[in-house]
Amino acid sequence: MIEIRHLSKTFASPEGEVNALHDINLTIPDGDVYGIIGMSGAGKSTLVRCINMLEKPTGGTVMVDGRDMGALSPAELRKARRDITMIFQQFNLLMQRTCLQNVCFPMELSGVKKAAARKRAMELLELVGLPDKAGAYPAQLSGGQQQRVAIARALATDPKVLLCDEATSALDPSTTAQILSLIRDINAKLGITVVVITHQMSVVKEICRHVAILDRGTVAEEGLVSAVFAAPRSQAGRRLVFPGRVDEKVIDPARRGQLRLVFRDSATTSIPLVARMARERGILASVISATTQPLGGETYGGMLLSIPHEQMAEARAFLGSIANLTAEEVSDHV
Amino acid sequence: MYNGLISADSVAQALQCLKTEIPFAIWETFYVTVISTALAVLVGLPLGVLLVAGEKGGVLPLPGWLMKALNVVINLLRSIPFLILMIMVFPLSRLLIGTTVGTTATIVPLVAAAFPFIARLVESSLREVDPNIVEAAQSMGATPLQIITRVMLPESVPSLLHNVTIALTTILGYSAMSGIIGGGGLGQIAINYGYYRYKYLVMLLAVVLLILLVQFFQTVGTKLAVRSDKRLKH
Repeated sequence: MIEIRHLSKTFASPEGEVNALHDINLTIPDGDVYGIIGMSGAGKSTLVRCINMLEKPTGGTVMVDGRDMGALSPAELRKARRDITMIFQQFNLLMQRTCLQNVCFPMELSGVKKAAARKRAMELLELVGLPDKAGAYPAQLSGGQQQRVAIARALATDPKVLLCDEATSALDPSTTAQILSLIRDINAKLGITVVVITHQMSVVKEICRHVAILDRGTVAEEGLVSAVFAAPRSQAGRRLVFPGRVDEKVIDPARRGQLRLVFRDSATTSIPLVARMARERGILASVISATTQPLGGETYGGMLLSIPHEQMAEARAFLGSIANLTAEEVSDHV
Repeated sequence: MYNGLISADSVAQALQCLKTEIPFAIWETFYVTVISTALAVLVGLPLGVLLVAGEKGGVLPLPGWLMKALNVVINLLRSIPFLILMIMVFPLSRLLIGTTVGTTATIVPLVAAAFPFIARLVESSLREVDPNIVEAAQSMGATPLQIITRVMLPESVPSLLHNVTIALTTILGYSAMSGIIGGGGLGQIAINYGYYRYKYLVMLLAVVLLILLVQFFQTVGTKLAVRSDKRLKH
């Protein structure tokens, strides 16, 4: 279990101190696939680096399996890092070593005998589906293949936690799907806790059980992926789940307001809401944006309506009578 | 100066020289260059590593004053003109080799001139190593020494070979200069014949041979560097 308590990190910069992380509190259960999502600059990468102390937190604690990572000596920390391995956006393989030698590398560092290391590395290359690339150099591989080698390398020391720092951000959609399914398999087969840092909603939806939304160095909200994505409570959450800002020109805020609807099951999603509002109540709603998405076996929908101010109260009353639907007024154009 | 450069007389002299003195001179230049470069790498490589690893935020941060001192000393040695440096290290040559003249004695000023240069070249090679790869090694629990010996140096081998080749050809040029203080080799032939005895054809011949040696070193060095680089798809 990873327990992050009151974690903060400030960087000194020429313009003064920058608060990269502020009072972060997260609990990541064993065996979970935990997503940390946020826009660039939200502090995701700093947060994940605080877990293995590549970044020293300015305040707060990070406990991994009951061990205070910040209190370890340099030697203890190096040993602890064998249990908390990491994969990266740019794969970060050693370019002058073959794939097999890359996978052997962490075992070499910890003093595993060469023959044993090679045997284990071959097994791992098999696990990630690249046994035939053992003798190839990273430059001869595609991005997806390089990430597979990096995953094999990260598994070489039998870690308990795998940190994925934007591991699929440099890959195309179909390769991303393959890497994600590999990570999911590894989580299921080996029971390794996976922490996924990403700015892509699709990644979280695809593999994560829990998610935390990070916004300007704080946790905006967290919980089960299905719950958070179905009805994001925070502004940052809404920005991520319902991307795209409303153009100021689309509606005249003096005359019309905006209503955000979230449908929580397919029965609700299939109600012809806008038509019924018009026919039954004479409300002239117009659709600004609408999406549906599958989440955990259910279909969720989101819709942004613009409604004349004088009809807003009636619209809310009508929508409030429908089960599994939440409606809230949006005033800040987010 | 070049009037009557080619005459029956001068050609005969040049041919004579080519047969008698030049083969050994080529060997002297070759061996002084290679030995001096090897020794200079021996000193310069660790210093170059320290310049990168020891800085603030490096893998093995050293005290600031030490880094400053190191930088100052390297810059200082690099700013002394080689001609002067050769004379300044006479006492050191006498101490180490027992003499200040002769081919072997010139190894001392050559190493003294080349190791700070090599330290800077090594520094630039190591700075090319992707910091993300270093971070990856740190995330795997590598010690600073492991990062230096198993990541930074192996990853920069192609660049190091390129830079050592540059150093080698520079040292070759310096070794020719040491002909002035009694060092042997092609430089001595060029100076003795060309400058002191006005036998310009022999001087030109020595210069051409120096050029060929530089070409040889550069070609071999570039080939080795390219061949060693696994980032290129062969």
